[in-house]
Parts: sequence; structure tokens; C-alpha cells
Amino acid sequence: MNDGVNGVALGVFIFFFLAVTVLGFLAARWRRADNEQSLDEWGLGGRSFGTWVTWFLLGGDLYTAYTFVAVPAAVYAAGAAGFFAVPYTILVYPLIFTFLPRLWSVSHKHGYVTTSDFVRGRFGSKGLSLAVAVTGILATMPYIALQLVGIQAVLDVMGVGGSANSNWFVKDLPLLIAFAVLAAYTYSSGLRAPALIAFVKDGLIYLVITVAIIYIPIKLGGFHDIFSAAGAKFKAAGAGGLVPAPAGQWTYATLALGSALALFMYPHSITATLSSKSRNVIRRNTTILPLYSLMLGLLALLGFMAIAAGVKVTNGQLAIPQLFENMFPDWFAGVAFAAIGIGALVPAAIMSIAAANLFTRNIYKDFIKPDATPAQETKVSKIVSLLVKVGALAFVLTMDKTVAINFQLLGGIWILQTFPSLVGGLFTRWPHRWALLTGWATGMIYGTLAAYGVASPTQSHFGGSSKEIPGIGEIGYIGLTAFVLNVVVTVVLTFALKAFKAPEGVDETSPADYTADAGDPGVKEELPVIAGH
Amino acid sequence: MSDVPEVPPEAAAPVVTPTRVVIAVCLFAPFVALLWVSSYAKTDPAFIGIPFFYWYQMLWVLVSTALTMTAYKLWQRDQRARHGGNR
Repeated sequence: MNDGVNGVALGVFIFFFLAVTVLGFLAARWRRADNEQSLDEWGLGGRSFGTWVTWFLLGGDLYTAYTFVAVPAAVYAAGAAGFFAVPYTILVYPLIFTFLPRLWSVSHKHGYVTTSDFVRGRFGSKGLSLAVAVTGILATMPYIALQLVGIQAVLDVMGVGGSANSNWFVKDLPLLIAFAVLAAYTYSSGLRAPALIAFVKDGLIYLVITVAIIYIPIKLGGFHDIFSAAGAKFKAAGAGGLVPAPAGQWTYATLALGSALALFMYPHSITATLSSKSRNVIRRNTTILPLYSLMLGLLALLGFMAIAAGVKVTNGQLAIPQLFENMFPDWFAGVAFAAIGIGALVPAAIMSIAAANLFTRNIYKDFIKPDATPAQETKVSKIVSLLVKVGALAFVLTMDKTVAINFQLLGGIWILQTFPSLVGGLFTRWPHRWALLTGWATGMIYGTLAAYGVASPTQSHFGGSSKEIPGIGEIGYIGLTAFVLNVVVTVVLTFALKAFKAPEGVDETSPADYTADAGDPGVKEELPVIAGH
Repeated sequence: MSDVPEVPPEAAAPVVTPTRVVIAVCLFAPFVALLWVSSYAKTDPAFIGIPFFYWYQMLWVLVSTALTMTAYKLWQRDQRARHGGNR
């Protein structure tokens, strides 16, 4: 796909990579507290981040390298349908404005590190908490794998690695190095490393997008020419288009809504949220986070520019890196690749920390070693975060990329099924724990089977995330259909279980916990140790 | 997503107030606008060559930011009024 190594671009890329590596290790000393050995320190950065750090951390977390590669790639391939990422990220913020501050408060009051901690405390059910934890880990793993796919795409276009004629070790060496660096500083610095690197990442991304959105259209003769070229291509191909066809509008809306509901169910977004130092930091953030959506919208337009620029790739994921390589001078292409590469490291680090926290708190401590000390918890978390990354790496190196993409698609459907327990639980104790568990299982099974049954021109299973909605007849996002099913089962069973007076479980929270803020009695700025409840 | 009151019932003020209705509308408006896809699935009028479908949704990023910010300010005022200005 590429004729030789792009030396200048590679040099710039390596420079930035080294810079963030140094930063990653130095991060351990940044705002360090005394109780270094607690999971709060390593896994939540001491819960001390203010508005700006949280903003960068959340942005670094949600807008991943995969997003930067996949969203324009979807627009490149299908046109308007790929643009659903924009309404999706707009809808996220009003949503989290309503429920995240409550989660922050109750977690601070009770020392919850993960969403499963909250679910266990609220509904007094280890089974339900285990279900939420397992779903979180399952949904996060392929996401980490996709970050590595993002780095691979960039390395590929730069001409290092990925080529078919070298042996596997030489081919994958650059990815292995990037991976080792990531693993090492996450291990030593915890959440502080990605928080600090996120500044560099976002700075680079903003720079690249701003330049790309001005420079490339000028070179291509303006947006009018870009869109007519794209329109002509979709017309010739007989698929896709500049606006969604009436049949595709349900899909567009349900994908946007379902993805918005799912985003803050992911453990890594919760980790970034809980690391903020006060309740207001979160609300203030929902008013400035949409800046990222604007960036994402502009980025999506790059997909059309790739068409107009005549970029032809068999693997759609390479469209944007290839566009940069074709349009930019070598040194700036290097900056752009560094932005994508670092954009993969930040979320991969946060995701592995989040998955490790879930394992440690809700599987290791709840089921294996209930009397674990905070130091032991941190140690287990560090090791698990390493294992999770090795798993993701093995996944990327041994399996076809489409497997990772299929699993990520499934992950989105799965994680949405934890919404009733988590967000429902934040507002009401009415649902019965067994009903929530059954609803979750129903949603998981329906979602998996439905996704399995979707065929595409290239795959006979997991060919997409949309399918006919039973009873409505329109094509919609499977995750959202499964979610509705989940809620219906939960409500019906709750009535039934309450009628039979099934044991409700103990709720260790009280209404005032959900509105507590830093400085209120019982809410400590820094939690000393998280002794079990 | 309606706004659910976060104040414990011992506060004497009513749960539904005009301010809170405005907050709820601010937070709910983006859902109506963006999920109603047929209202904006068209190419004209274009803006500097960008079809309506694209610039309209990007405009909503700014509109929803303004709405969320309004909701935030109103909520703060609401809370200050109830808690005697301690936050």
C-alpha cells in the first residue's frame, strides 16, 4: 500500500512519542498524595481533578484514535449515515447533566470506585453488581484492541510495519514498542499519566483538525467541489448518499440515541468522571465538552475530502491517514500521525485502568479475597491493567481486525444493558434487583443474537448494528431495541416480584447522598482508605 | 430526560417551579431537534458549499451548548435560592 518509509513523518512521529513517554513517567509525581498505595490514588488520580483536567481527560477518553479513524472512514464509505456520530455526541451532554452529578455524590460519600460498587450498594445484590462488572470488562476489551488498530493504521501508512513481505516480528515490532511504553507508564503512574498526556493529545488534534479543515478544502477547490465529487461517487456506487434516505432515518436517529445512552455506561468514562474533585466540575464540564462534538463534525467531513482527493483504499480505516499523507507536507503529516497515535494511548490507558478497577473491586474483592487491603487492591489492579492490555494486543496480532470491530459493536449493545441498573438506580430504588438482572440478561441475549443475524456484503454475521425493530418494521439500532426490551422485562417483573414480596436487598445509600457535594459533612476531599462495606 | 429534582423534600419550596420547567426544556430540546431526522435530511440551503444536513447539525452543537449552559446557570441560581447561598 505504501512505497517505502516516510522518513520525515516518522521522525516527527517518534519525537512526539518520546515526549509523551517522558511525560507519562513524570506524571507519577504530579499532585502526588501521601496515600500512594490506595486504589483511589492509582485508579482515580486521588479524585482531585478540576474542571480543565477533567475536560481533557474526558475528551481524551471519549474521542479516541479509533473515533478519529472510524468516523471519517464511515463517512468515506457511506456518506450521511456515518455522520450520526455528531447528533450522538450532542445528546450525550444533556443526558449526563442530569445523572452524573448524582453518581459523583453517592460515589464520593460511600467510596465507590466503579459503577458496580454503586449497583451493589444500592440494590444489595452481588449478582447484579457482577453482571455490571462483567459487561463493563467485556465491552472495554475490544475497545482497547481497536486503539491498537488505530496505531497500526498510522504506522502502516508511514510505511513501517504491516507490510506483508516481512516476517511477523519485524512487522509488529513498532506496535510492540508502542504497547510496551503504554503499559509501563500506566503501571507506574496510574490515571495521572493519561490525564497529563491528554493535554498534548488534544493540543495536537485541535491543531491538525484546524489546519486540515482550512488547508485541504483550499487545495481541493472548496466545499462545493468536495461535496459534488462525493455526491457523484455515491450516485455511481449506488450506495450511500449526501443525506440519509427516508428508510435510513430511523437507523440514524436510533443509532444516535442508543449510542448517547451507552457512552457513559462505559467504565472508562465513569473513571474519568469520578476522578473530578467536585460535583460542579461535572456540570461545568457538560457545558464545555460539546466543543469536542464540533471537532468531530469537522473531522467527519474529512471523509468527503478523502473522496474528492481521490484517495482509494481497500481498508476504509486507512482513508484518513492516507489523506493526510497525500495532502500535507511530510513534517506535518508526521504531526497528524502523532496526534492519532497519542490519541490511541490516552484512552487505551484509561480503559485498561477502568477494566482493572472493575475486576479488582467487583470480582477479586467481592468473590475471591474479601479482606484485601487497599495496597493489595492497588497491586491487583496494576497487574490486571497489564493483563487486559496484553489480551488486547494478542487479540489484534492474532485475529482479523474485523473481529475486534465486531466485538466493539457488540460491546456497545451490551454496555447499554447496564443502563437500567445504573441510571435507574440513581433516581429510584423501585426496580427489584432480580428484575433488573433478568432484564439485563434478556437485553444481552436478544442483542447478541440479533447482531449475529445481521449479514453484510462482506460478512455473514455481525455485518452491522441495525436490524428491523420487531413491531415497528423500521430498521433501527439493535442496542436500543434490546434496551427497550430490557426495561419492559424489568418493569413487569418488578410488579410481579413485589406482589410476591420477594426480598428486596439492603440499600446502603440514603436520598441525601445523591446531592452531597465536596465540603458537605461525610464527603471527604480525599478518601483515606476504601475499607470494604 | 426530564430534570429530576435533587433537593430533599424538607425544603419548603415546590418541586416544580417555572425555572425548573425552563431547565427541563433546555435539556430536552436537542433530543426533539436531532432525533427528528426528516426535518433536516436535505441538501439545501447549502452554506459555503456544505449541504444543509451537515451544517445544521453542527450548528446544533453550538445551540445545545448554549442551552446546557443556560440550564447550568439556572440550576445554580435555583440551588443558591434553596440553600441560602452556600454553593
